[in-house]
Amino acid sequence: MNSRGVHIAVASGKGGTGKTTIATNLAAVMSREGLGVIYADCDVEEPNGHLFLPPESERKDEVSVMIPHVLEEKCDFCGICAEVCQFNALAVLGSKVMLFPSLCHGCGACMVLCPKHAIHEAARPIGFIRSGRFKGLSVMGGSLNVGEAQAPPMTKVLKKRLPGELTVIIDSPPGTSCPVVEAVRDADYVVLVTEPTPFGLNDLELAVNMLRSLRRSFGVIINRSDIGDARVSEYCRNEGLHVLMELPFDRKIAEAYSEGKLIIDADNSYREKLRSLMQAIYTEIGHV
Amino acid sequence: MYEIVIASGKGGTGKTSLTRAFAELARPAVLVDCDVDAANLHLITKHRVIEEHDFYGGKRASINMERCVVCGICVDNCRFDAIKMIPDMKYSFGERVEVDPLACEGCGLCARLCQLDAVDFHEVKNGQWYLSETELGPFLHARLGTAESNSGRLVTLLRNRSREIAESKGLDMILIDGPPGIGCPTIATLTNASYLLIVTEPSLSAIHDMERLADLAAHFGIGTGICLNKFDINEKMGLQVERFAASRNIPILGRIPYDNAFTTAQLQGTSYMQVGSHAGIGIIKNIWQEVRMNAVSGGSGLKRRFAI
Repeated sequence: MNSRGVHIAVASGKGGTGKTTIATNLAAVMSREGLGVIYADCDVEEPNGHLFLPPESERKDEVSVMIPHVLEEKCDFCGICAEVCQFNALAVLGSKVMLFPSLCHGCGACMVLCPKHAIHEAARPIGFIRSGRFKGLSVMGGSLNVGEAQAPPMTKVLKKRLPGELTVIIDSPPGTSCPVVEAVRDADYVVLVTEPTPFGLNDLELAVNMLRSLRRSFGVIINRSDIGDARVSEYCRNEGLHVLMELPFDRKIAEAYSEGKLIIDADNSYREKLRSLMQAIYTEIGHV
Repeated sequence: MYEIVIASGKGGTGKTSLTRAFAELARPAVLVDCDVDAANLHLITKHRVIEEHDFYGGKRASINMERCVVCGICVDNCRFDAIKMIPDMKYSFGERVEVDPLACEGCGLCARLCQLDAVDFHEVKNGQWYLSETELGPFLHARLGTAESNSGRLVTLLRNRSREIAESKGLDMILIDGPPGIGCPTIATLTNASYLLIVTEPSLSAIHDMERLADLAAHFGIGTGICLNKFDINEKMGLQVERFAASRNIPILGRIPYDNAFTTAQLQGTSYMQVGSHAGIGIIKNIWQEVRMNAVSGGSGLKRRFAI
């Protein structure tokens, strides 16, 4: 492994459990403790971290993927490109090659396999990466253009652009499929945020299965810990999962969140809680 | 036939609870859970699975080391860095070639380039989908495999099946619980939908996510309405929702106060309509009336009509 900083991902199967709250506040607390840390928003379909950590003098860099560009003068419309494309991004109708850019995965098969060398590649923008600083904390995040289907290429580019040695807090999208896998697959530690309801439990189990198959180490935060029942706690106990923190429902916090405020600024006790969380995570990583 | 999608952009705003409540008012209708990553509707809908199918959404490569001579052409051409040469003295070349199944996107270029037929390019099972019976109507749901991809294709499959089932049973309403986000599963959910109800809440994040979803719906020309859930959590932010709605000419079809009974319903595995307050049930009935009317009339600010 190269000398990479520690990557801590915050994820959840279910949406709306408090991933962004935990990720932004954790990053802010770590930064205030004097640690070199970056908050990286990998929920590129619905990025929200910048609402809580509004970067000063934000910079936006366009992100593109490569898609085929057919040189009609060289093309004899043999149809091989369409045949080899597994994603149905190309169709040849008579003497016309049609491209459906949003379906293209950029694999290059059409270009490599075209017998007439009639396919080149052209860049197609899919979104942008924002970067800036909020009170000394580095804030980065991907934002997919509306109408774009594929999140993973954006997440890949974002992760490649993260500066090397700093600690990274990754804010993952919800769910358990490819955009999440891309966000958490190489994290040193994953924090799963859930809530004690049947939906929270069901989706926690899915997320735990995903992280086990990715062989990641992880812990659980039970948010709004007093709204439901004990099944999530029981599940964690039975599975031997480390519960890092429980946060009871607090209307004050819900209000701070709703206005885009950090909870560590809304109430001092939360600064302490987040600091303990940070220490708990470091202890866990030390064990790994 | 009317396909009504309940979605939000942001997770946790109440999509599934509302879909379930509407299902009681829409019955008989076809129910579809398009959040195939983290499906929840089945947890609060009494159902009996009558059909179970495997879902094969794409292909994946693997290397047959009995044929491979470690030439590296697959490694060099893979855009996804999914194929690696790994030192391994068990093999005569001192190396083996391995495909990372998580990184492989199933493009098949490696299989086409390999001169020795050493790449096995096979279909993979990405999950399962189910047809269930409920008291509310037929119910289609799915479970994407752990860490799998192709959720968009699975959503498309569910929606195609739902239309066939609606036709064969003579039902004219399909009620769809949508996924969070605005990426491929959401696009697959919205393609050809008749109407979108965005469930949002008065928070900066939810508003931001709603705007992106509303943009997506406008991009597809789908009639849209908004339901403001938990409106009393922050009335100031609620005003911001109203302003956004007005600026886009999207009607707000109803406002629901924060209500613990939604959690109670979930804990009991049932609908809010069974445990909610009289007033709350009334509010939801009104919203459903509005949704139904808008969907049938083609919605407001709409670019096309949807009597399919």
